[in-house]
Amino acid sequence: MSNIPETGRTPRVRIRLVVIQVLVFSLLLTLGGRLWYLQIRNGQEYTDEAKNNHVQQVVQPAVRGSILDARGVPLADNETRLVVSASRTELMKTKDDGAAVLTRLAGVLGMTPKEVRDKVRLCDSKTPQPCWNGSPYQPIPVTDEATTQQALTIRERAEDFPGITAEPTAVRRYAAPGKANTAQVLGYLSPVTDEEVTKAQDTDSPYLRSDQVGRSGLERTYDKELRGKAGVTRYEVDNLGRVIGEAQNDEAEPGASIVTSIDARVQAVAEYELNKAMETARKEMDRNTNELYKADSGAVVVMEAKTGRIVSMASLPTYDPNAWIGGISAKDYAKLTGKKSNFPLLNRAIQGTAAPGSVFKVISSTAAVNAGYDFDGNYPCPSSYNVGGQTFKNFESQGYGSITIGRALEVSCDTVYYGLAHKEWLKDGGNKPKKNPKDWFYKTAHQFGLGKETGIDLPNEVAGRVPDRRWKQAFYDANKAAWCKQGKKNGTYVEKIAYEGCVEGNKMRAGDSVNYSIGQGDTLVTPIQMATIYAGISNGGTLYDPTVGKAVISGDGRSVREIKPRSHGRLPFTGETRDKIDEALAGVATRGSAAWRFGGWPQDKIPMHAKTGTAEVYGKQTTSWFATYTKEYSIVMTISQGGTGSGASGPAVRNIYNALYGLDASGKQDLKKALLPKPQTTLPKIQPDGSIDAPKIKPYIPEAPAGDGTQALAGALAAVPGRRD
Amino acid sequence: MAGFSVSRYAPERSSWARLTARDSVVRRLDWPLLGSAVALSVIGSLLVWSATRGRDSLTHGDPYYFLFRHVLNTGIGLALMVGTVWLGHRTLRGAVPVLYGISVLLVLAVLTPLGATVNGAHAWIIIGGGFSLQPSEFTKITIILGMAMLLASRVDAGDQLHPDHRTVAKALGVAIVPMAVVMLMPDLGSVMVMAVIVLGVLLASGASNRWVFGLLGAGATGAVAVWQLGLLDEYQIARFAAFANPALDPAGVGYNTNQARIAIGSGGLTGTGLFNGSQTTGQFVPEQQTDFVFTVAGEELGFLGAGLIIVLLGVVLWRACRIARETTELYGTVVAAGIIAWFAFQSFENIGMTLGIMPVAGLPLPFVSYGGSSMFAVWVAIGLLQSIRVQRPITA
Repeated sequence: MSNIPETGRTPRVRIRLVVIQVLVFSLLLTLGGRLWYLQIRNGQEYTDEAKNNHVQQVVQPAVRGSILDARGVPLADNETRLVVSASRTELMKTKDDGAAVLTRLAGVLGMTPKEVRDKVRLCDSKTPQPCWNGSPYQPIPVTDEATTQQALTIRERAEDFPGITAEPTAVRRYAAPGKANTAQVLGYLSPVTDEEVTKAQDTDSPYLRSDQVGRSGLERTYDKELRGKAGVTRYEVDNLGRVIGEAQNDEAEPGASIVTSIDARVQAVAEYELNKAMETARKEMDRNTNELYKADSGAVVVMEAKTGRIVSMASLPTYDPNAWIGGISAKDYAKLTGKKSNFPLLNRAIQGTAAPGSVFKVISSTAAVNAGYDFDGNYPCPSSYNVGGQTFKNFESQGYGSITIGRALEVSCDTVYYGLAHKEWLKDGGNKPKKNPKDWFYKTAHQFGLGKETGIDLPNEVAGRVPDRRWKQAFYDANKAAWCKQGKKNGTYVEKIAYEGCVEGNKMRAGDSVNYSIGQGDTLVTPIQMATIYAGISNGGTLYDPTVGKAVISGDGRSVREIKPRSHGRLPFTGETRDKIDEALAGVATRGSAAWRFGGWPQDKIPMHAKTGTAEVYGKQTTSWFATYTKEYSIVMTISQGGTGSGASGPAVRNIYNALYGLDASGKQDLKKALLPKPQTTLPKIQPDGSIDAPKIKPYIPEAPAGDGTQALAGALAAVPGRRD
Repeated sequence: MAGFSVSRYAPERSSWARLTARDSVVRRLDWPLLGSAVALSVIGSLLVWSATRGRDSLTHGDPYYFLFRHVLNTGIGLALMVGTVWLGHRTLRGAVPVLYGISVLLVLAVLTPLGATVNGAHAWIIIGGGFSLQPSEFTKITIILGMAMLLASRVDAGDQLHPDHRTVAKALGVAIVPMAVVMLMPDLGSVMVMAVIVLGVLLASGASNRWVFGLLGAGATGAVAVWQLGLLDEYQIARFAAFANPALDPAGVGYNTNQARIAIGSGGLTGTGLFNGSQTTGQFVPEQQTDFVFTVAGEELGFLGAGLIIVLLGVVLWRACRIARETTELYGTVVAAGIIAWFAFQSFENIGMTLGIMPVAGLPLPFVSYGGSSMFAVWVAIGLLQSIRVQRPITA
């Protein structure tokens, strides 16, 4: 500091200069502190934000894996279509934001310029469809049906079409090989929803906005495997979205293929025969209602008896799964899901339930044996049975005298089971039930896997119902109020039923138990449950989890994961009882209620076992059940409002067996014609390049003369009174 | 007139000896001040380069366009500094009325059709050939010089201890005329700087406390009045709103502040490295070579680099404070104080807005931001500071 106190250096000025200096440096300190706070303390937060700012990703979707039949025939695969796409980032670089390019493109594709513009505009709250819902950095498909000529034009005149690409792209296709539609088993895809994207964000298989997701059937169960991993290229972009560099490039991994146990040829036969059976039934007169049978829906399951693998599974009514590709139209959607549609999306083999009727008697027979009744004992089979003032008749009021349980199974004598069930009901305390009733007939049904999903690898399987005491109580609790409101002691039938329900709906009455023992009443089962049970009887007692998927083969063909059969329990009978039931069921096919359908069957070579069932449904025509098995297969067919078991389903099931074993109508076997005399155990051959061999497939041609003859015979026999299940 | 050698007692010496002699101008220059200012300009040129080399729309495809010009501006600025020292602030004192008059005329010219609008502020004169002039930058200097001349003349003459009320009023008049014009442009940022300059000048001049506090009060009242009467343009209100809550509208008015903060915050301790900042290369921060140049430093050079800029500014201000304290004449003290107030507030406002602690105002960061007018003005100011130091009597 100057030591010369000249003019103007007053203490006031000196102090003020110090004040200024202090102020100045406190400002600088503030800046330094704030800088530290932003960069050091909160630095990470801003680093992340900067990353989001400048990285955009472009997705190359993975090719979805195929769904193959047991021999490698694709049931669902991808076809290559020429997809013309427009890149918005490129278009925006042109002078008029791409307007001229899009107009030229419209000319080439034979679309109007407006159509093209609408396709590539971005969706927002004000923009109606069509518009692009995905990332603006993603090429936007304008059409997936470009011709080669159009694609070539676009490629040759690339300078006229900046930002437009015409590339072969994989699009899902359900090929229906040999007319095997397999719709409900395969399922379908639809675009991922915003919600799903958010939900799956932090999982190990996140969705991309452009993803298609399996919504039902195998497409859903094996969605993760089929989907593969999309390739993602991350670009660094500037504030205008212009690409300034490539940050990261993850190549797409194609999805795995699923080899199923479905045999497309057998599937085609099953579908054809089910449809034929339903059409035939619709020409039959229902003598109870004096109307033609409606045969509104049906299902058939062909299962490998020793593994639980599904060889074919058909459900009618059905639909064309290709309707979902490229977005389903509102009209098609209404057709598939509307009230009038009869719900073709339902897979009735696993989602359709009905009372089992007499096919349930294998369970009642086992229950009786387990309750201590001798299988070979003598049980009266009168034409009717009285319980508490109520008369329960044999199906067609025929009596057989005193017979064994085996014979009761063969001729499907209801009254034998009435008697057994009634005795058990009385033992359990009757109207004043014991504390721990044995409930043999109900317990056995549970042990056979009823009232529970079989665990098939298809989504939304239905559990069905065993109307045991617990269910009765729960059902009563839920409905008591309504029943008591509606019920009248001396009202109409419905009112009377409601009144009874109100008074004693929670009680297991004698009538309930008796009716239950022959598979009528409140019991509900699915065809897949019955197929599992009959396969279980065939294989010696193992209840397999039915499986459609047989192996998962990675996209490059290098890794093969087999899906092994798994069991969910054993049938509750001894080997001896099984053998006796087996014998009785063979009897059904040779001399019992299904014998008329198996005329000429080579029983010595291919022992056939069958049980017919006709379930009564209040207010509807009877449900036809036909459960059969051989050593290799179990086939169960059911037709809602289709009449009797053997009547409606008999010829169809036999024709499926004929196709499997190569039999003609007279029972002569020609192994060359046999589609699958033994279940397919090997997997299709995988080529070194990862492709899977697929044999050619011929559509199913039903044996015309013999087939017609059978049908005619069926018609004639159905009219004969006394034929029964 | 005074040349490089100002000592009247200096005997004849060789030119080298004259330059290196203890009392020579070169030896008496404040080298830390000069060094810091040059360092800031060099850092500035790198930052400007990094911010603009990809902006083809601005550079006409020449990535060195702004680098070259910033270096050129710095060179011209250095020449202006040398010229200012050569002339000496005392000599310039005589020319102050003329310079002041010219600057007021230039500012007025902006309001004529000669003026051009950039970013909502009608503050430019387009000269042509890609050059433009922002007269308000020079007005900052002439306000300082004009006020200092009035306030210090009678004190330096020994007539009075402190400037009297009449003098202070006159000095305020000198400031208010160009400020009013700049306010009309409207260039609110410059007006704010000028107001702070006025305050600094008055403080250092020893004007009575009543003036100082009265002005502070008037400033506050004025700000409220301006706000209430809606004298601000919409873009200015928007900037204040965005300052209060940057999350308000991240795509609109809050965009600048938000992106600036992301850029700085993502730099961390050492930054991403020059030319490697994604915010900078991606051009997410608008006006990044001028008003938001500090964000380039924050992102690419990190806390160390950005901190260095603050430290260098600190050195400049520290040397300026020393010069203000050590000069014996009030004129020099007041001029230095005015420059301190100017640099300090403008730096604080500029960096503060990028850090989100000050509202956005279009002010350049001294030495660092791209812009000729600003660069020339701050180097002339450095020249004035050097001259004040050079012309003080040697002690000890």
